[in-house]
Formats: sequence, structure tokens, C-alpha cells
Amino acid sequence: MKRSLSYIALTVFAGIMVYPFVWMAGTAFKTLPESMGGDLNPFPATWQWGNIATTLAEAPFGQYFFNSILVSTIVGLSVVITSLMAGYAFGRLRFRGQGLLFGLVLATMMVPFEITFIPNFVLITRFGWYNSYAALIVPWCANAFGVFLVRQAFLSLPNAYYDAAVMDGCGHLRFLRHIGASMVKPTLVTVFLFAFLGSYNALLWPLVVTSDPSLRVVQVGLASFLMDSGVRLNLLMCASSFVIVPSMVLFLFTQRYFEESALSSGLKE
Amino acid sequence: MSRQLTPGYGVDRVLSWLDDRLSGGREVHGGGWRVTTFLLSPAVLLLGLFGVFPIVATLVLSLYDLRYGEGTFSGLANYREAIHSPAFWNSVKVTVYYLVGVVPVSIVLGFVIAWGLMNITRGRALFRTLYFLPYITSAYAAALVWRALLNPQGGLLNALLAVFHLPAQQWLLEPRGVLHVISGGYVAADVGPSLALCCVVAFDIWHGLGFVVVILLAGLSSIPRELEDAARIDGAGVLQVIRHVTLPLLTPTLYFLLLVGTIKGFQAFNSFYALTQSGGNTLGTTENLVIYLFANFYDNGRWGYGAAIATLLLVAIVGLALVQARFARRWVHYG
Repeated sequence: MKRSLSYIALTVFAGIMVYPFVWMAGTAFKTLPESMGGDLNPFPATWQWGNIATTLAEAPFGQYFFNSILVSTIVGLSVVITSLMAGYAFGRLRFRGQGLLFGLVLATMMVPFEITFIPNFVLITRFGWYNSYAALIVPWCANAFGVFLVRQAFLSLPNAYYDAAVMDGCGHLRFLRHIGASMVKPTLVTVFLFAFLGSYNALLWPLVVTSDPSLRVVQVGLASFLMDSGVRLNLLMCASSFVIVPSMVLFLFTQRYFEESALSSGLKE
Repeated sequence: MSRQLTPGYGVDRVLSWLDDRLSGGREVHGGGWRVTTFLLSPAVLLLGLFGVFPIVATLVLSLYDLRYGEGTFSGLANYREAIHSPAFWNSVKVTVYYLVGVVPVSIVLGFVIAWGLMNITRGRALFRTLYFLPYITSAYAAALVWRALLNPQGGLLNALLAVFHLPAQQWLLEPRGVLHVISGGYVAADVGPSLALCCVVAFDIWHGLGFVVVILLAGLSSIPRELEDAARIDGAGVLQVIRHVTLPLLTPTLYFLLLVGTIKGFQAFNSFYALTQSGGNTLGTTENLVIYLFANFYDNGRWGYGAAIATLLLVAIVGLALVQARFARRWVHYG
């Protein structure tokens, strides 16, 4: 009795959580009058598959995707490398000022980017990076959360592996590449995914440092699409689906890594 | 494990060469200073340049009357202006309403869901996935969907209200207070958060709930089952068990969620931007601090003033975190 009540409540909640996405996907394939009609049924009478082509003809989402994937992939891989290196040093090595330096790294996690974006913007323009991929990529190539996660992973590993490798005459860097990295691989996947999705979903920064349409990432592309064709709801939902569906697919395949990281952020505090 | 530990080719060659170059220096607990520096440099330099330096730079910029990069030193003028600006205080108010709305409701709702999930056996993973889904999607794109659902003309919510013969609402376009709307005009229109702001709050609760649920699930799973069972055997009801056993043991998790929620709440931008900018005029009732900061920077080119707002925002975040940490001693029980 109590259990079935739980199921009912949980299902209702789940319905609320998922409904907007169902509605988005359905509306994307409605005709324009149908999409504006306030119909409770999220699904179209006949599926207008042509909406995809129409949306793509209105705005170069292919180009936007290319930019987003390029930027997010480079950011993700760079974060993995910088986090692996620094996390290893913080977790495995001992050096003077370690606590202070690590504290400073963590402090950057506390300060939201929304606060520091003005000087960052000034910095980028001074570098001459306004309207360039570098502006979208370089500032995000290291993040404190990644360093933190990798450090935790190395702390929880026994030293024996390392000692054995050193006996074989292996230096830190080669140890890291051949043994260390594979031992903390799940953490690295998590770090990559978080950096990748964070970059993919970012809006404020790309909005600030690029104005060139050919440099638009998907979020900015969607924002400008809204300006250009705001009233055509079916096409707008089609464009939103372009942006949302890939990240959902990525999530469904890599779910356990996300939850792991959510957990490690909470429990190993 | 020991594949290719002898020098190989390509990257490995380079690493091996680097290892030799870096191996000098005083060895301290397994790492010489050279290799330590090498390993730390990329992350520390990047975080220093784009994370720590901008904090200092924000403080400095805030002392200049800077418009589009040109300007002169103006001391505390920006701060004076902010303190005397009704628009600034309005954005503070909006930020506070938003925080008070999003943080507690997310935690309570998240707890109810997590508690429900603990009580079922089958399908827990599926439910967890569904709850987590909004959290990983772009807040901007998802907010555009909500905007359509809340559209006064032909939006889904008004269609739902019509089914129950309730009057249609303006939702995101409604600058009048939510209490005013609910009470049918009994409460004055400018009291409390606007209905539009409440819609933004609802959106962000929806968008962030998955994170809260996953964290609470982990917290609940770490509570030994026997404790609750023992309380039940002693005759305690469900609510009593939650109140006296579960919640006290969950306080570290709750504290973490409160802290993270507060910091995240101060930075909310994408949802506000997507839901309430461009089109519609909510008379500033949906202009939070970050939107106010962004508008001054982006639309008016007032970099110095924006930096002053950013500094005040930072002070507020750190201040509130410290206050929470102080009170935490009274209600958070570790182990």
C-alpha cells in the first residue's frame, strides 16, 4: 500500500520532470498554427518532418555544432590533462606550500565566473583573442573541480603501484601516462564529461567574447535564432531539440559517471 | 601493468626525455621540485590567470569610472552610486526572493523524492535518470521550452487553467506580485515576488532537482538501516523517525546542499536571461544581480560599475557562506 503510493507519487513527479522535453520534441514537428494553438496534446496530428530541413535552412546549425563540438572537445581533453597532472601532484607528491596552493585552487571553485567575467573579457581583448576560438577555449582548459576529483582519486590509491613502477626505473610522467591515468580512468571520464557539457551548455561567455556569426556555438546560435524567428514556435522547438537531444544522448550513455561525480562532490568534502 | 616501461616511441620518448630533465633537484617525498612545478604549472597558471587574477582585477576595476575600456580612477564612486540606486536594491531584492524560493523548496522536494526512492525496490535507477535529465541539459534551451509552455497566448499552462475554468495568467510577463494574483487583488501588487519571478524560481527548481535528489539519495543510503528499524520497533511513527533519526543524520548533506545552492543561486543567469529578457516587460521584477551586472556591462558598457556590482556580489556570497558555516555548528552533526 505504502509502496504503491510511493510509485504513484514518483511517477507523477517524473512526468512533470520529463514533460517539457516531450512537449518540445512533439511541438518541433507540428505545423505553425498547431504549435501556437494551446493544445494539451504534445504530439502533432501529422508529423512535419520537413521542419528539420526548414530550421536548418534558416540558420546554419551545422556550423554551430561544428564550433560547439570543437570547442567542447578541446576543453574537455585539456581539462583532463591539466587535472591529471595537478591532481597527481596534489594527491601523490608532497611539497612546500601544498595546502595553501590547494586552498587557492579550491577558492576559485567558490567564486562564480559571473563575477569575474569582466576582467576576463578585458584580458581576452588585450591578448587580441576577441572573436577567436582561443577566447572560447583557453580560459576553460583547467578547472578546480577536475583537479579536486583527480586528487581524491589518487589519494585513495595505495602507494605500492607507484613504488613498484619506480623500481623499474619509471619517472613520474611515464608512470602517469602508463599506469596512473588508467588507475583513475573513471574519474578522468567524469572530469571530461563535466568539462565537455559545461562548455557545451555555456552561454554568457561565448555571448561576451564573440560577435562573429561564424564563431557561434549552439547556445549562441539558438539565442540568435530566437531573435530572428522568435514567433515560429515549431521551428524554435526544433532548434531547441537540436541543442538538447545530443547532450541527453551523451548523458544516457555515460550516466554513472555523472552520478559518481555528483556524489564525490558531496561526500568527500 | 608494466607494459612499455622501457622507453618506446613518440609521446613516450618525449615523456621519458622530460622525466630525465625533471628528475633533478631535491627529492622531497617522492617528487623533486622540478617535476612538481612541471605538473602543477598548466592548471595553476590557467586558474591563476582566469580564476584568481580576475578577482583582484575586479576589485581594481571597480574603482574606475570605466566605459567600454576607457576611463579614469574614481575611488568609491561606483559603490556610492550602487548604494543610492533603486535599480541595484531592486536586483538585490529579486536575488533574495529567488534564493529563498529555490534553495529550501529544492531541498524539501528533493528529500521527499529521495525518501520515496528509498522506499521502492524496482525502477529506482530509471526514476533517478528521469529526475536527473533536466540537470544536464542546457538551461538556456530548456528555458526556451518553458517560455513556450508559459506563453499567455496558446501556452500549455493557460490551456490547463482553462480546463479547470480558472482565469488565464500572464506568467512570465506578469510584474504583479504572486500574492496579489492569488488573493485576487487583496494583497497589494508590489508586495512579495512577482508571478514572473516565481516562474523563474519554478524553472530553476525543476532544472536543478536531479542534483539534489542524487546527493540526498547518497546521504540517505549512508544511514544505517538498523537505526531507523530500531526506532520503528520502539513505536515511533514514520514522521517521528524522519524527524529524530533521519534528518539529524542527514545534516551534513543538507548543509552541503544549502551551501552549494546558495552559491549557485547567486550566479543564476541563463534561466533569467532566457525566460525574461527580450520581449515582455516585468518592470525589473525579474532582474537579479547578475542580470543587472550584465546589463550594465553589455548594454551600457559600464565596466567599472559592473565590476563594483560584481565585488558586492562576491562579498555577499562569501559573507553568506561564512554565516552559514557559523550557524552550521549548531545544527550539523558529523558522524
